[in-house]
Amino acid sequence: MTAIAIALWGVAGFLATAFLGVIARRSSKASQLVYLLSLIICLVILAISTRQLFAGAGEVTAMRLPIGLPWIGAHFSIDSLSAFFLLVINLGGAAASLYALGYGKHEEAPERVLPFYPAFLAGMNLVLLAADAFSFLAAWEFMSLSSWALVMSHHRDPENMRAGYIYLVMASFGTLALLLAFGLLAGPAGGYAFDEMRGLIHTAWLPGVVLILVLLGAGSKAGLVPLHVWLPLAHPAAPSHVSALMSGVMTKVAIYGFIRIVFDLLGTPAWWWSIMVLVLGSVTAVLGVLHALLQRDLKRLLAYSTVENIGIIFIGLGLALAFEANGMTGAAALSFTAALFHVLNHSLFKSLLFFGAGAVLTATGERDIEKLGGLIHRMPQTAFLFLGACLAISALPPLNGFVSEWLIFQAILISPTLPQWGLKLVIPAVGAMLALGAALSAACYVRAFGITFLGRPRSTAPASAVETDRMSLSAMFALLGLCLLAGLLPGYVIDAIAPTTTHIVGQAMPVQASTAWLSIVPIERSRSSYNGLLIFAFITISTLLIVNAIHRFASRATRRAPAWDCGYPDPNPLTQYTADSFAQPLRRVFGEFVFLARERVTMPRPGDPEPARLEVRLRDLVWDVIYLQIERSVAFAAERLNYLQFLTIRSYLSLVFAALVSLLLVVAIWS
Amino acid sequence: MVLIRDLFLQGAQMLLVLAVAPLLVGFTRKVKAWLLRRNGPPLIQPYRDLRRLLRKEIVVAENASWLFRSAPYLILAATWVAAALVPTFATGLQFSWTADLIVITALLGSVRFFLALAGMDVGTSFGGIGASREMMFASLAEPAMIMIVFTVALVAGTTQLSEVADFVFAHASLRVSLALALVALVIVALAENTRIPVDNPATHLELTMVHEAMLLEYSGRHLAVIELAASLKLLLYISLIVCMFTPWGLAQSGSGPTAYAIGVGSYLGKLAVGGFLLVLFETSIAKMRVFRVPEFLGAALMLGLLGTLLLFVSRTF
Repeated sequence: MTAIAIALWGVAGFLATAFLGVIARRSSKASQLVYLLSLIICLVILAISTRQLFAGAGEVTAMRLPIGLPWIGAHFSIDSLSAFFLLVINLGGAAASLYALGYGKHEEAPERVLPFYPAFLAGMNLVLLAADAFSFLAAWEFMSLSSWALVMSHHRDPENMRAGYIYLVMASFGTLALLLAFGLLAGPAGGYAFDEMRGLIHTAWLPGVVLILVLLGAGSKAGLVPLHVWLPLAHPAAPSHVSALMSGVMTKVAIYGFIRIVFDLLGTPAWWWSIMVLVLGSVTAVLGVLHALLQRDLKRLLAYSTVENIGIIFIGLGLALAFEANGMTGAAALSFTAALFHVLNHSLFKSLLFFGAGAVLTATGERDIEKLGGLIHRMPQTAFLFLGACLAISALPPLNGFVSEWLIFQAILISPTLPQWGLKLVIPAVGAMLALGAALSAACYVRAFGITFLGRPRSTAPASAVETDRMSLSAMFALLGLCLLAGLLPGYVIDAIAPTTTHIVGQAMPVQASTAWLSIVPIERSRSSYNGLLIFAFITISTLLIVNAIHRFASRATRRAPAWDCGYPDPNPLTQYTADSFAQPLRRVFGEFVFLARERVTMPRPGDPEPARLEVRLRDLVWDVIYLQIERSVAFAAERLNYLQFLTIRSYLSLVFAALVSLLLVVAIWS
Repeated sequence: MVLIRDLFLQGAQMLLVLAVAPLLVGFTRKVKAWLLRRNGPPLIQPYRDLRRLLRKEIVVAENASWLFRSAPYLILAATWVAAALVPTFATGLQFSWTADLIVITALLGSVRFFLALAGMDVGTSFGGIGASREMMFASLAEPAMIMIVFTVALVAGTTQLSEVADFVFAHASLRVSLALALVALVIVALAENTRIPVDNPATHLELTMVHEAMLLEYSGRHLAVIELAASLKLLLYISLIVCMFTPWGLAQSGSGPTAYAIGVGSYLGKLAVGGFLLVLFETSIAKMRVFRVPEFLGAALMLGLLGTLLLFVSRTF
């Protein structure tokens, strides 16, 4: 059987599992069965996509099924691009299913989750397999709707209802934009298969319009600012393993859509495309992490941090576009590899972080970090895993998040050779924004980990928490292991991405596996190199040396005593530093400009027993300036058109007739 | 044979930085005392302090976790590795290619990450305030550092420190971008080492609560390890500045023992000059309010960005 046939059978398997979830939703074993089947299917597709990826750049297996629109049929294929993304998605899917084998037991309403979870996986896989516009859009919409159903699984919460509504509106908008993009790409002859689109020569203005439409369509699904507003509402609303899938995996499907259309179908890029992508990416990166820094809700914080990482990926893609437009394929390969590496990295550590947040949520019933604290004592393994993921996502060596950012920095350092002045002025600023994003993300995760897991419990919930179950822990350990492996042996990951890079950009980075000591050398040794393995070994050896020396020569006497705190320890845990107070300096530095932050302190007069008050007002400018205006104009238009609802039957008929005539006139004039 | 010699040189570099770091701190304290017309403690006082701290019993807060107890060792180990990767007396050492400037910056980021977490572990308000302010400073100092790295890397065409030093040594000329980078790097170094005007390492007042506030709960051998890491970090930044901007006297890879002796001698001389200039600057300026520091560091970021932009415009700047 060919790879594509196995993958399609896998999708059918997911759908059958979803059906099983509908039938057996009341049974107590149903959740185990559904997640186990999903895990197995994910592993199967993971295996065949890995094989397909290593088969080489030109390897494509395709298939045409007689379903869908009668004169088109449904085309499916796996090439190295979809193979890479299949690998990422099914890795995340397998981890989430393994996690859910334990986590799913705590679900209050399994009948609302079990049918949709495998359906969601099926939708994501189908998007990657689709090779014509119709099946792509159908799969995309299927993915959106099944994830929407998962977001609404706790639908009694008014906040979740709002999240679901906004998600639905944004998802429909995104699909509409993609529909128009494909319509333009199909050309006058209407070739909707991807193979037919690739060969077309487009008029001058068309690729630019398609790019904007794809940025709107795929960008809204990925969470590109200013289309990100639904993401921090919808991702946290779902159960945690689904949040992990949505944040870690579904956003990658959107990235795939962007790459497929812009890099693969649209032909040679123009240099100014990259400016749009770079500016959007860097704004997304910084704004996302600034939002994340100010969140109190742990899962929402993680969702905003997803927005940041999507920005980083788009920066990599933008650089690749810039280099490709100027024929610098080597540099384009470097930036494209960096972007794909970050796709993989983000899917690993963001899933892990959401799993950790889910473990905290089940143990304490609390998402508000201001009420947590001290969990490192009650949940030591979860704390360790969460800490590892925090280090990885903050781009700290020797973990994997650092490697992809390092590669992007190396790509930026080649860019002065680009001839266009626009790029010369934009790219240094993009580099600064990327560095700022990385530093802020470290601050964000120090805050997230420090307030949640360190210190003393701030309420009764974390004081009585217990460690999470073994299945969840094993899923998290597997992901942390992969994070560490990708960080220590990045050369193998780069080599694994090479076929995809060759397929899309036309050239791959130099083979890394053969370099001495397994370092990575993006261009040449004298220019830059990095060896995560040796750095890790050095740190381990020096730690052992120091510990050994200290234990041999220093006093071993240890005494436990109350905290010192400069002589005035306060036993009340509420006197600890809070998440808001931790973010206050950064809010003061960045917030006044970005969020128009206003603080007002009301101090009671001396002798007055009233409490002092500190009021902080933050404004989300994207929401206020764009979305509220749109909402207002829609409401205005609806108000004005309201009278159309109360016409007579004659007027309706004449309206229909007028519409028909005018459309026919348009067609007549057009052709 | 060559491999053994290279490994020996790399080991010598690791031991050299570890051994000299407390001396550098002692030297700066002595010079500062002289400038203030005091006698000051002897040069080897930091070693004595370390020895005394190592011999003391440690007092650990009741609710401190494993993170609190293991962080000091990780902090020292990572700082040590970072300091050993900066060329001090010779370029092109055996493992110089394992990490470039960006990696060294990021390694220091890992150190800061653990230090801030250790500050938050016990759950005291002082630890929190220190961690919060440290991360605020870092959020500007780190991008500034990356911009400095960009400037230097674009001039030298490499991010490898050894290659940068060789390049500057071979093609020494006054460049606007490098001057901007130098000023920015000095600002970043002051902030990262919590020196005046950003923070005052000599006091425990609430006004200067950044670095010291995170360490308040530490005692005994833990404190000794962290103090050693802090002095290594000071040494690292001065080494970084002298290696990138005054690489004269550095031994090239494969040269004879005399070259290495000259390398060590000139390195120690450059450290002394660097330490002296640092103290001179510190005594001539007052400490800033905490919320002035972002502007100070923002200036470094802008200078670094300006340097990078100039080089994007033309390689000749």
